[in-house]
Amino acid sequence: MSEIDLAPLKPAIERYIPLGRSGLLPALHAAQKIYGWLPESVAAEVAKKLRVPLADVHGVIEFYALFYNEPLGRKVIRVCTDPACALKDADGLLTKLCKQHDIEPHHTTGDLSLTIEPSPCLGMCELAPAVWTMDDGQWTVGDGEARPRSMVYGPIRELTKNCGNGTTSLKQYGEYKGLQKAITMQPKAVVEEIKASGLVGRGGAAFPTGIKWEGALNAEADQKYVICNADESEPGTFKDRILLLDDPHSTIEGMCIAAHAIGATKGYLYTRAEYPYIVPVLENALSEAREAGYLKDFDIEIRVGAGAYICGEETALFESIEGKRGFPRIKPPFPTTHGVFGKPTVINNVETLCNVPLIISMGSAEYRKIGTEKSPGPKLFCVSGDVTKPGMYEVPFGVSLREVLEMAGGVAGGKNLKSVLFGGAAGAFATSDHLDVKMTFEDLRAAGLPLGSGVVMVFDGTRDMRDVLKRLGRFFAHESCGKCYPCQMGTQRQKEILDRVADGKAQKDDFIRLQDVGWTMTDASICGLGQTAASATMSAMKLWPELFEVKS
Amino acid sequence: MTITFIMDGKEVTAQDGQTLLDVARENGIDIPTICFHEATTANAVCRICVVEVEGQRVLQPSCIVKAATNMKVQTRSEKVIRARKTILEMLAATMDLSEAVEIQTMMKEYGASDGRFPDAEKRLSDVKDDNPMYIRDYSKCLLCWRCVQVCADDAQYTFAINFDGRGYETQIGTFFDKAIPETSCVLCGQCVGVCPTGALKPKREYLLEQGKTPAEISVMNTGKKQRKPR
Repeated sequence: MSEIDLAPLKPAIERYIPLGRSGLLPALHAAQKIYGWLPESVAAEVAKKLRVPLADVHGVIEFYALFYNEPLGRKVIRVCTDPACALKDADGLLTKLCKQHDIEPHHTTGDLSLTIEPSPCLGMCELAPAVWTMDDGQWTVGDGEARPRSMVYGPIRELTKNCGNGTTSLKQYGEYKGLQKAITMQPKAVVEEIKASGLVGRGGAAFPTGIKWEGALNAEADQKYVICNADESEPGTFKDRILLLDDPHSTIEGMCIAAHAIGATKGYLYTRAEYPYIVPVLENALSEAREAGYLKDFDIEIRVGAGAYICGEETALFESIEGKRGFPRIKPPFPTTHGVFGKPTVINNVETLCNVPLIISMGSAEYRKIGTEKSPGPKLFCVSGDVTKPGMYEVPFGVSLREVLEMAGGVAGGKNLKSVLFGGAAGAFATSDHLDVKMTFEDLRAAGLPLGSGVVMVFDGTRDMRDVLKRLGRFFAHESCGKCYPCQMGTQRQKEILDRVADGKAQKDDFIRLQDVGWTMTDASICGLGQTAASATMSAMKLWPELFEVKS
Repeated sequence: MTITFIMDGKEVTAQDGQTLLDVARENGIDIPTICFHEATTANAVCRICVVEVEGQRVLQPSCIVKAATNMKVQTRSEKVIRARKTILEMLAATMDLSEAVEIQTMMKEYGASDGRFPDAEKRLSDVKDDNPMYIRDYSKCLLCWRCVQVCADDAQYTFAINFDGRGYETQIGTFFDKAIPETSCVLCGQCVGVCPTGALKPKREYLLEQGKTPAEISVMNTGKKQRKPR
């Protein structure tokens, strides 16, 4: 190997040195931008400058799928092969590209000009098949566009009033009216208002936002944090991408209000590496907000993940900010008292934060007029798969699944409906029996369906659900962090069985094997990833047990 | 402060801060453990010590969950048994347990079959024999984390080893797969001491098992002092 010139590295990572270990991911990103990958001497220099043990730097590089410790092509093409993209022949596209360039998937040409990789969900499910290309440091999506299009629909436009027409500048957004009102209120009053609104988290876990804020407000500490979880990675979910690209100020204003409510002076906005086009939009919006004086007592730093679904789990996200492998922590203690750097932290999803300025501006009573009594407010659904008009739909809680599908033009090509995957990879399947279920937390729970992050992925009657399950199994096996045994081994065992089921080679007792693995992951895993890794599979086993039958 | 609660239908007492595992052991209730070790920080990774606590949605790791007043704990409920048995069966399908005697015993106790998962991909690795003190056979490693912990801030502050890969592909590794003498390892042996499965083994023991005789292993050099003629 030729000697690697470390001279350009030093100025690139200089600004991360004062952050110590917490600067590790940003520094590795900066280094990878220069060299295209992370050679040993570069990793060693980053370790030395940031004063992190060599083995730990190695452990971090190894954890994140988008850090490379071997050379990568100058051009990298990634094709999503998860369920929504698979419906649009992502496999065919991948094969075609590989044939064109005479390489295998996951391989790099000998002259290092090109790498082609299949990828987990890229968050462009409505634009399937999703393609993400890097060419000499420049990212594009689809056929060479700078950013994905935003397709925004629905009968109400509360959360999405600034979406669908490119990025909304601060001038277009107007003043932070919610924040201006909030700072005239006592922090406790802001928390009470959020509690009164009935807002619950929109990232998937549906925890009451006001209770979270109250916990962090009441926690005593010299430093508190507000974090926006924009590590959207759930297959089928793309709403945070659209909200941040088209309306970054809503999220920033929501974070500012949260900071006032709990007394935080520092914030992080953690987004996934698969959304690089969002970073300049956010940087620009943050400087507009700073200039307008909204970020005086509270400032926000952007952090970028590196290819790890698990970092959307809140405590894994803290670990990642701290420069570590994204292992979820044991809870309790909870983030409200022991969050990032062990300090009280409020961490909310992008959509949740976008609800905050709305609630404060209009007041909780007015806000509660949207939606139902137990599920107040507007909700974004990410509709993808076999529908005529895939996209992001804003509706009041309480519309039925049938209505959502009708808005989306029904099943594409007038075909029959086979099923709808609710809540993403970690979700469950619905069938035409569920068409009249109201889309609220309480009605869905009663029907045994998770609302999750708002995924509505549609499969028509011609689809082989075994192929869908195989892809979900592969997704979890790829994304398990490996910390706890049930998920580390269970996702692999589940994948192996689902692979053979899809190949028509199910073995005797595979059904019961899948069930034991599924329950073990559900009951005994540390975090939400493992606890839901079998959820879709087990719902399919209930609906279509014949799929798992042994072929003689 | 003394806490009273119910474990397996019996009233038991505990001191504030005691874990459910501590209390079980004091009361003669057997809860199996794999990753747990008195000398290392409990991370609850193996989940074999899980128990069912009334009111909790998921099973709780007894090695870290503290006893609390009025808790109702079942250490051998149906759910617990299913989780333990399945974890053991998945381990058997993943790694070489031939020297993990404690786990073999647990498998017998829980009726866990080592052939439960046919055609499972094993996690295989060549033996790493790169230093004079110990060998590393990661085909036998069950990722209890103890070696990484004692090498880091649980004991030695040497930070020679960490993790390769993630998920099922995880393995213990050094910086860019360097041989041990090229790392910060000081050959303290702490990692070998806490390894539960023979994945880390003293070199001499390994060579004896390979059929070498003591004489062959020790090419003795008593190192007589060279005296200058007076």
